[in-house]
Amino acid sequence: MIKILKYSFSDLMRSKWSYIYLIFYLILGFVLLFLNNDVSKAIITLMNLIVVLTPLIGTIFGIMYYYNSREFTELLLAQPVSRSKIFFGQYLGIALSLSLSLVIGLGVPFLIYGIFQSTEIFNFSMLLVSGAFLTFIFVALSVLIGLYNSNKIKGFGYAILMWLFLAVIYDGVLLIAMVMFRDYPLDNLALAASFFNPIDLSRIMILLKLDISALLGYTGALFQKFFGTGAGLVTSLFILLLWIVIPVGMMLKKSKSKDF
Amino acid sequence: MIAVKNLRKSFGKLTVLEDLTLDLNQGGIYAILGPNGSGKTTFLKVLLGMVLPDKGTIHIDQADISKSNDYRKNLGYLPQIARFPDNITVSELIDMIIDIRQVPAKPEPLVDLFGLNPFLDKKLGNLSGGTRQKVNIVLTFMFDTSVLILDEPTAGLDPVSLIKLKELIADARKQGKIILITSHIMNLVEELADQIIFLLEGEIYFQGSLTELKEKTKEKDLEHAIASLLKS
Repeated sequence: MIKILKYSFSDLMRSKWSYIYLIFYLILGFVLLFLNNDVSKAIITLMNLIVVLTPLIGTIFGIMYYYNSREFTELLLAQPVSRSKIFFGQYLGIALSLSLSLVIGLGVPFLIYGIFQSTEIFNFSMLLVSGAFLTFIFVALSVLIGLYNSNKIKGFGYAILMWLFLAVIYDGVLLIAMVMFRDYPLDNLALAASFFNPIDLSRIMILLKLDISALLGYTGALFQKFFGTGAGLVTSLFILLLWIVIPVGMMLKKSKSKDF
Repeated sequence: MIAVKNLRKSFGKLTVLEDLTLDLNQGGIYAILGPNGSGKTTFLKVLLGMVLPDKGTIHIDQADISKSNDYRKNLGYLPQIARFPDNITVSELIDMIIDIRQVPAKPEPLVDLFGLNPFLDKKLGNLSGGTRQKVNIVLTFMFDTSVLILDEPTAGLDPVSLIKLKELIADARKQGKIILITSHIMNLVEELADQIIFLLEGEIYFQGSLTELKEKTKEKDLEHAIASLLKS
């Protein structure tokens, strides 16, 4: 598995798209920091971007890499290695290289700005951690979609739809539901609803850490009330972890029974 | 060395292989022929473990292929389409496959034979289709495997490389290896094959030597012999 990981990682790290992604974050980090001149403001702006952008990039990269490497995967399947090693290795290769672009791309500007002298260091690391989590989650989900759809166009469509649903539509539907059923007690429902969307969950997680109640919104405020900041953080991290483990498990299971 | 018993595979309602039984005990070149959709590629993919059969067993060198993937150490596979990760170089790819297989390999003579030395440090994404196919051939033949599976091996090759490939196949045959070939180029089959295995609707419709096939169908060349097999 480590061997497969090594090669797909080194293949991706040399791809021009990894560099474009890295440079994008570098520019974003520098512009936000030096225009705002305020680390906490920059972190809030970045959070709003990261919870939408990392899932999108993870989805597109994941599904593209899966379909592009189909013939190569066939060559690997003909070698004496197990299927779970091939797919887990490739998955880690994509997720790690994307997370690395994120961490380096945002880390460098913040380092230069002097994040270590700032009290915001923990908030900033929270941002990077949730960005990495979202990358791992959405790469797993999109590879899973790829495994279930041999038709490239369909798979691509489903993957983008999944992102759109979790990043945009989910919140909208939830909001409409809240307004329509406002006469009923909806607190627990809203709380549970956020578990089922990793994007919402990361947003709440960062906001809990930043401790800005004005930005928490309805579900976030509930979350804080129910769990308190410390417990809320641990719970959301645990659920995010489940969001990685379950799709990866399904991915490995599907890969074992699939015909290539 | 290859024993296939009651192999069955269907994709949804479509049955591709139906109760296929085949024993290949001797080394030699076996051409697997059949019309489009007769199950040739599916059969090869089942041998390679890429497609999982619904029923039946396959033993390669006495090892049940559903039990472990170690048997693939004895299997060389030349896929129809040569596509590799774009950003790694030819020599990295060769090293990687050797690294994954963990068996001794001799890529250098093959790299020399196909004149791939100038391309060793080039990225695979920048190579032409024919050059990639040559890399593919190196990857297949650099290991000393007892079984070789070649799926349309001549696709995209220039005449010089084609001759070299035929020599490689002939060498492998002399060493007593089992070589399974699918091809649409009948001249190649006539030139190389010791035995013809003709698949039709998922079953073996004919198995025997070229001369037997011609005698059976009373045709002079393979193309017409196949055509008359299909008509009857």
